[in-house]
Amino acid sequence: MTFNSPPDYVPPPEYTSPRPARSRRAPSRRSAGRTTVRSAGELLITAGLVLLLFVAYQLVWTNYEAHRAQSGVADQIRDDWQRPPASPSPGEPTADPEVELGEGFAFMRIPRLGKKYSVPVVEGVSLGALARGIGHYPRTVMPGEVGNFAVAGHRATHGEPFAYLDKVGKGDAVIVETSTEWFVYRIDRTKIVEPTDVWVIDPVPGHPDAEPTKQLITLTTCNPRWASTQRLILFGHLVSRQDRADGPPPELRRGA
Amino acid sequence: MYGWIWRRLPGPTPVRLVLAVALAALAVWLLFTTVFPWAEDSLPFLKVTVDS
Repeated sequence: MTFNSPPDYVPPPEYTSPRPARSRRAPSRRSAGRTTVRSAGELLITAGLVLLLFVAYQLVWTNYEAHRAQSGVADQIRDDWQRPPASPSPGEPTADPEVELGEGFAFMRIPRLGKKYSVPVVEGVSLGALARGIGHYPRTVMPGEVGNFAVAGHRATHGEPFAYLDKVGKGDAVIVETSTEWFVYRIDRTKIVEPTDVWVIDPVPGHPDAEPTKQLITLTTCNPRWASTQRLILFGHLVSRQDRADGPPPELRRGA
Repeated sequence: MYGWIWRRLPGPTPVRLVLAVALAALAVWLLFTTVFPWAEDSLPFLKVTVDS
């Protein structure tokens, strides 16, 4: 091709281009079918990859993010506790400061779930709050107060603080550490209820009209672990309290 | 689909490779930050509270 061409011959692009724009040519009927099948296959493979990624997101990433968020909340709580209480401005009542939604205010320890088990308790039970720790139902009382201190926690993914709550039963201790005190609750009974059984977080569960006289605790999570058909509920009551300055209660020291 | 994207990436093969990896990373990032958090709201095992 070149030996009999004039010296200034410039071959047209369709001769020199290594692949003469085959792919941009209008596809024949056969290759159109092939393209369709290939695209469908690629879409299916992509869908499979996305689902796999979603599983990885749920099982690994949410736990990683939740544990990072929890240690952030733990730092926030320790910071709050170290800061001297704001001196009330003159004329203001010295009421307890309101805990804001999403803010951590306590640690929960359940020796049955391990000596190192310590999870921050945050205000609120939205998914956002529950991703940062154990969530406190805002319309229930705070730890140690007369009434029901009710909390919820994830049982699968997002840190899953209550993953093994079914191993906790009658007689087990649930210890709540606040800025001022340690509260030791003891579990009285476990119950599996319907998701709509809101009575479990009443001031006196099971007695809607009763005036609360005791300090109770309710823990809620989903049941079975990977489903939402029921709720696993633990009921308990306060057995002892002590100043935080006095150090951890004996239940934590002997790991019972 | 992937062939179509590949043909539209500019530059020689190494550049296209880098761009393709960047596109894939962007897709994964969008999934993890937007799509999956939205999709998981309907997952059963995240419902741990009692409500009416």
